[in-house]
Amino acid sequence: MASESIPLTIRTNPLAVVYEWLATVDHKKIGIMYIVYALLFLVVMGIEAILMRIQLAHANATFLSPQLFNRLFTLHGTTGIFFVAMPILFGFGNYLVPLMIGARDMAFPRLNAFSFWMTALGGFLLYGSVFAGGPLSQAGSAPDVGWFAYAPLTSPAFSPGHSTDYWTLSLLVAGVGSIGAAVNFVATILSMRCEGMTLGRMPLFAWMNLVMGGLVLVTISPLTAAQIMLMIDRYIGGHFFDTDAGGSVVMWMHFFWIFGHPEVYVLIIPCFGFVSEIVPVFSRKAMFGYPAMVAATVGIGFVSLGVWAHHMFTVGMPSYGNAFFVLTTMVVAVPTGIKIFNWLATMWGGKIRFATPMLFCIAFLFQFLIAGLTGIALSIAPFNWQLGNSYFVVAHFHYVIVGGILFTIFAAFYYWFPKMTGRMLSEKIGKWHFWLFVIGFHLTFDFMHIPGLLGMPRRVYTYEANRGWETWNMISSIGAVVQAIAILLFVYNMIESYYKGATAGNDPWDAWTLEWATPSPPPHYNFAAVPAVQSRRPLWDIKHPEDPDWKYE
Amino acid sequence: MLQVATKRDASHIRVFTPRDTLRSFISGTGARFQVATGSLFGLSAIREGNQQVQKKATGSWLRSSVQIFAAILGTATAALADSRSPALSPTNIFSPDSTPARSIFRLSRFGLEVEGAIFVVVFSLLAYVVVKFRQRQGDDDEEPAQVYGSNQMELAWTVLPVLIVVVLFLSTAQVIHRVQDAKRPPDAIEVTAVGHQFWWEYRYAQYGFVAANELHVPVSDAAHPTPTFIALLSSDVDHSFWVPRLAGKTDLIPNHPNSMWIDPQETGLFLGQCAQYCGAQHAKMLLRVYVQSRADFDSWVHNQQQPAVSDPSVAAGRAMFQAKLCFICHTVRGTPAVGQVGPDLTHLMSRDTIGSGAVPNTPENLRKWIRDPGTFKPGSLMPAQDLTDDQLNQIAAYLETLR
Amino acid sequence: MSATGMEIPATASWKLPSRGRVGMYCLILAESAIFAIFIAAYIFYIGKSISGPAPRQILAVPIVASVGLWASSFTIHWAVAALAKGKTWIFAGLWFLTLALGAFFIGATAREWHHLIYDEGFTIQTNLFGTTYYALVGLHASHVIIGLIALTVVMVFALFGKVRPEHHERCEILSLYWHFVDVVWVVVFIVVYGLS
Repeated sequence: MASESIPLTIRTNPLAVVYEWLATVDHKKIGIMYIVYALLFLVVMGIEAILMRIQLAHANATFLSPQLFNRLFTLHGTTGIFFVAMPILFGFGNYLVPLMIGARDMAFPRLNAFSFWMTALGGFLLYGSVFAGGPLSQAGSAPDVGWFAYAPLTSPAFSPGHSTDYWTLSLLVAGVGSIGAAVNFVATILSMRCEGMTLGRMPLFAWMNLVMGGLVLVTISPLTAAQIMLMIDRYIGGHFFDTDAGGSVVMWMHFFWIFGHPEVYVLIIPCFGFVSEIVPVFSRKAMFGYPAMVAATVGIGFVSLGVWAHHMFTVGMPSYGNAFFVLTTMVVAVPTGIKIFNWLATMWGGKIRFATPMLFCIAFLFQFLIAGLTGIALSIAPFNWQLGNSYFVVAHFHYVIVGGILFTIFAAFYYWFPKMTGRMLSEKIGKWHFWLFVIGFHLTFDFMHIPGLLGMPRRVYTYEANRGWETWNMISSIGAVVQAIAILLFVYNMIESYYKGATAGNDPWDAWTLEWATPSPPPHYNFAAVPAVQSRRPLWDIKHPEDPDWKYE
Repeated sequence: MLQVATKRDASHIRVFTPRDTLRSFISGTGARFQVATGSLFGLSAIREGNQQVQKKATGSWLRSSVQIFAAILGTATAALADSRSPALSPTNIFSPDSTPARSIFRLSRFGLEVEGAIFVVVFSLLAYVVVKFRQRQGDDDEEPAQVYGSNQMELAWTVLPVLIVVVLFLSTAQVIHRVQDAKRPPDAIEVTAVGHQFWWEYRYAQYGFVAANELHVPVSDAAHPTPTFIALLSSDVDHSFWVPRLAGKTDLIPNHPNSMWIDPQETGLFLGQCAQYCGAQHAKMLLRVYVQSRADFDSWVHNQQQPAVSDPSVAAGRAMFQAKLCFICHTVRGTPAVGQVGPDLTHLMSRDTIGSGAVPNTPENLRKWIRDPGTFKPGSLMPAQDLTDDQLNQIAAYLETLR
Repeated sequence: MSATGMEIPATASWKLPSRGRVGMYCLILAESAIFAIFIAAYIFYIGKSISGPAPRQILAVPIVASVGLWASSFTIHWAVAALAKGKTWIFAGLWFLTLALGAFFIGATAREWHHLIYDEGFTIQTNLFGTTYYALVGLHASHVIIGLIALTVVMVFALFGKVRPEHHERCEILSLYWHFVDVVWVVVFIVVYGLS
């Protein structure tokens, strides 16, 4: 059968093209919009990071004023979580989940588009603050309260003007988009699977998105609630966080971290899904322990709701309170660690092909191991009394977010770019990208742990020369530049390969899940006839009819 | 019809149900794997096939890498930890000089050792897998044996981490209790620290005076401890008191009093800084803790208890201090100045630094600070003063008598 | 022969939950989390106001409006059941009754607030109790209003005869939202008028 490869658009009128994208409700186009949007903000937050690293390379530097630095780290953190990590994962999920479960679109296509545009609006609102109010060179009215915006720093007394309101409103709006996307993921996965695809036969990536969606529903809402309370305080004279009226600022911390901690699991769980799709294919083996992987993820989802106050060990909770959160945090590490063993067991006995997606996944395994271990260190509350709010924490969470999440996102790009565009990314540039990024990443974040161990707190625009922190900061700053070069290479790879890459065909990686049964890129209806499946790897069954998976599952 | 591009001839694939032991797997591949876990758990994953084999003595490889790693960890900790003259930094958390810091150090060392062992094991597995099971030139196109899981293995690698968690949790809970619930002995010194944007107020209610920015405490003898218990309050936003060599950090939160204690066993100056983002000059809200012999501490206390030195030669400066409204924010005990917005200046000249540790307390710095605090701390809440040179010199001369 | 061209052993017919229902449950889950936070704040701040009136001093229990709101859960349930059986006019009548009970509840809340604000001088700014009370009850009231808008839209369609028995599932999904609003009011009622 001739493959139908309908290009993304068949019109050449530019206005028609723009309208097509603005008005689309097709999950693939929406997925691509999420991804492109996130990549743009990735570049923005990278610039913010480089500026901060230049300032921190020397003690008592004067490259940036304290006010500008404080706005930069606030924007960097807020952008990274809400306008890079979440959109890019929603984008991949949107694109891939319907294809993987044999559906023609998400459950609610219009809600899908609405959710994307709400998220996009949030980003524009946040950066609109840079152009509003004060001098542009000092980033205007951009918020400067840190991405977790602790009260009472955010009260009208300590945050006059509107900078904090930009933070609050942009995230409120983006939060609505996130909840809409989550509703869509859950409804799609529960209600739109093709025949034969029981929950126990879904690709693990679909499971991860299901758990992620459920977690988003219960975790974004507390942030929304807290932000409504903050707006009530700032605008109509409420006292939720007003200590003069007897209010509690610790309550803000509780509400924020009830959101904030599960949020990081929201970010990492789909990335586990990427790894669970890529590692088996490049090891040429089925995923080891599929049921355990599902159970571990669901367990992580639930337990992650009970660990939040490990961000608050220094706040002065009673000893039994601290001990409780030590326990829950250590417990959540168990199912997380189990997954690493499952991936290793998948690779064990395989025939590993070191294509670029697999390289990024192997690096992820190494880095996620270390990130998990520094996390355990931080879960030891007394150790946290030293390390909390220091550069050790900054190093730890960047290890997870960059070393874990971003590495797997790169793996996902190299793996699924052929499906989305019909062209392979260059392996040669990919390997340059990989090795440069590994070097830059480790230069920056390995050595960043040391200033934390030597007493350097976070969110400081400069530091004293006599503390012994300068050399380590300089090394971190150099690594940042190396990472930036690697990312530029990646962007170049995408652009060049889009026009000149090798043709991908339907299934360039010899993979086993349903998205590889469609042309690259898929037609807008995905499947000419809705498939029916009998096992977790329908394409393995087709390629190995004498030994199909369903005989052994 | 689903379209599938078949790239391999799948005719020789055999798929196995996970029911055989790890040992036969290992003997099948020919690798010598001297880890006892196989026999311990009756692991049931099997793999056959045409896997090529590297005859590595993986057991001794594992053993030597553990030894090497332990040596590195030991050296690193020793390098970072040196209580006499802290290597690498005056704020090194691995150079404790007070019981809370020391308890934390011991617990953290234990935790790091456990984590180090976990890292060695898992990293070795990863390295082994990546090397051993890579696709090689001349490999046929057969898919390797497909293994779907192994209940015994999965149970093993669940149970073991749970045991590790139990051990870590119990040792952690013990230290939490010991530090947080410590009883206050009758000889304890009591200070109340109040956090401000961007300076520290210290109230010594026991002795009846208020100081700022430089905390003095007596050294504590292990036999007869005289720890200092610090109550932590805030007058505005959240701050955090962190002097790594003396204790972990504890936050100062408005409407939420906290408490911490230290019992430094050596005299000297201990540095730290605010560790909770509190606004523009969070970075320069520095901490200086002077641990002194009992005699020195008592004489410092005695000096602080005196009202301000009243030197008639700087009467003009004292008058200018009032005229320029400095008294609205600052206290000088024994004069009408009773402002509480800024630091108490009664014994300003007894301090080594100004601006909460930002710059040394020299006449030149003092004048620059008064004229415009933004010179050293842009964003500081003390406004620049509109003074002529004469007025500035008069005020500074007055302040320089406040020993 | 399926689309994959494989022989598939006979399975039971492939039935998945309706996406509208799943979607509504997801929305209810998210909204419950928001309410949980406001309820937690309310409970935490009980007795902590440092000045101003306490709940028992100025709150009057809105028992009639509350019973009316809870009764509207029954009326909407019967309405949907009637629609499923093809009794479209009974459906319309019961639906209207639901709408009326909901509107009555909002009216009663508005009257209560008017009294509190203008007669007692008790506002969201008064003290911690004021802040948490108006925020929580207001959050619930806003959800009721959104529900009323949705109910009104359906009412208008019903009056034009456009709502037919095959739409009963959609109406049932909408009624899930209305039941949620009522259950939340049970909790809020107990916390605000019971605990305080």
